[in-house]
Amino acid sequence: MEVLLAVVIGTLYATGLYMMMRRSIVKLVIGLALLAYGSNLLIFTINGVTRGAPPIVPEGAVQPVEPFADPLPQALILTAIVIGFGVQAFTLVLFKRTYQSTQTDDLDAITSTEQSGKLKLPDMSRRGS
Amino acid sequence: MNVLLLLPILIPFLTAVSALIFWHNRAIQRRLNVMGGIAHPLAGIALLVAVWREGIQATQIGNWPAPFGITVVADLFSAIMVVMTGLMGLIVAVYSLGSIDARRESFGYYPLLHTLLMGVTGAFLTGDMFNLYVWFEVMLIASFVLMALGGHRQQLEGALKYVTLNLMSSALFLTSVGILYNLAGTLNMADLSVRLSNGAVDSGLATVLAVMFMVAFGIKAGLFPLFFWLPASYHTPPIAITALFSGLLTKVGVYALVRIFTLIFVQDIDYTHTLMLIIAGFTMVTGVLGAVAQTEVRRLLSFHIISQIGYLLMGLGLYTELALTGTIYFMVHVIIAKSALFLVSGIVQRVAGSYDLKHLGGLYRARPGLALLFFVPAMALAGLPPLSGFWAKLALVRAGLETTEYLIVAVSLGVSMLTLFSMTKIWAEAFWKDRPDPDRPFAPLRHRRELVVPVIALAALSVILGIGAEPMLALARDAAAQLLNPAGYIEAVLRGAA
Repeated sequence: MEVLLAVVIGTLYATGLYMMMRRSIVKLVIGLALLAYGSNLLIFTINGVTRGAPPIVPEGAVQPVEPFADPLPQALILTAIVIGFGVQAFTLVLFKRTYQSTQTDDLDAITSTEQSGKLKLPDMSRRGS
Repeated sequence: MNVLLLLPILIPFLTAVSALIFWHNRAIQRRLNVMGGIAHPLAGIALLVAVWREGIQATQIGNWPAPFGITVVADLFSAIMVVMTGLMGLIVAVYSLGSIDARRESFGYYPLLHTLLMGVTGAFLTGDMFNLYVWFEVMLIASFVLMALGGHRQQLEGALKYVTLNLMSSALFLTSVGILYNLAGTLNMADLSVRLSNGAVDSGLATVLAVMFMVAFGIKAGLFPLFFWLPASYHTPPIAITALFSGLLTKVGVYALVRIFTLIFVQDIDYTHTLMLIIAGFTMVTGVLGAVAQTEVRRLLSFHIISQIGYLLMGLGLYTELALTGTIYFMVHVIIAKSALFLVSGIVQRVAGSYDLKHLGGLYRARPGLALLFFVPAMALAGLPPLSGFWAKLALVRAGLETTEYLIVAVSLGVSMLTLFSMTKIWAEAFWKDRPDPDRPFAPLRHRRELVVPVIALAALSVILGIGAEPMLALARDAAAQLLNPAGYIEAVLRGAA
């Protein structure tokens, strides 16, 4: 099971990074998502996949019987998934807005912030009371 | 439960939440912003005094004993950084009142600002690796929105790069945390320090992991060669936001590096800390060379952020008490000087209508006060005595000479010269030379009080920090001593846990 998951994790990382290196915004956001999934699955797998052994203390005992699944990595992943969900939702909207405002999904064309001295300034002087 | 430790996190949280409640009332939001801005550094100072008097403070959230629960802990270094966060928060909160447009204000600028401050403070105070990840994300998501807020094309393009690189760094950080838990069986920093130093963990694997963390935090801190997102994005949002980011965000990355490379990953100092010295040298040089080539003030200053990060890392790489003293003092100095420079350039733009050196000029004759306000932090940054940068660099250079790392000392001094050069370049172009188009008159500065007072405060702080360097250096020395002897930190966190 671990071996299979290890291959899946490797594939997720590789695909994620590959997608990020393409030139399209859409592929970039897919790549970011895959990378996040890869890390979540890695935390789950590296800390041991234990089947059918919940960490429950039997009645009368003071600690659960070995082997039992460590609940902490699962708690970590749960937190990471929730955070990742929020961040991805924001990223999608941001990338969509970027696409609308630049009218291109080619990342190589999005370079206007890196040209020295040619910046058009955002108008900050406008201010209501 | 030690309330002092939680107040610096709770105050910006409550400020942000109450500002959200008054979403439609900008006047109340602005007032809340100032109140929260004042309360935050006061809570920070109270914490610093407590840590100074009574030693390292730690509290266990929900009374779960360490290492099982989440620990909030403050040593002197953390407390200093919390005070600096509060101070920068206040400065930027006041400056924002006069510089942020009404549209941004009504789309939640103030709640976001304080959420960001909460995230930064939390990152400085947590004693748990996973919790650090969570605080990083709080800080990042607030900074993502602040950077994109307003929706100008430049901002969106900058935010795209900023978001992508930071999310990659987060994924790497998360991966490393997962592997760390597998190796050590704990994520409490104090407990990690114990377990990684008593040989229970293979030191080769620990070093691999250390480098993974170095890359993850290196992206956030803007180290060579991972800094490309920074000069591509930092100059795009309004100047108040740029100043806050430059003051705090990269410093959180450096703080995390200092924390884990003094507390947790100290098994193979020859390898990790030497690597850090090399990276520090390259970071300084590339940053300052990048800056020399720029003519847009904000981009120029953004490159300088990177260059200064190199100095901070140099102290960590040398890894002696004097070197870490230098790093801590430098951190305080650079937060003040850098933000002051950004805020001054914001005023310059309002008066002269441009950030581009080619279009600027004649400001010294027309606005001598403004020129002085630029001159003080600029010379502090370049490291001219008696200003704050001089003492910071002196400590680092002496530490370098004591450990016979002459190469990095030479590099740091050379970079200092180039820093001075690019500061004089701004001075000569924007203030000294004649105005290129004399027909365009300088605009009168509106909202003078909100804009100028924060900058005067920062410039004064920089002077005070330079002329009265002794108390601050003593404080930094004590903080460095605590970093080098993690026993006190471990004792404070794990007390009563055994």
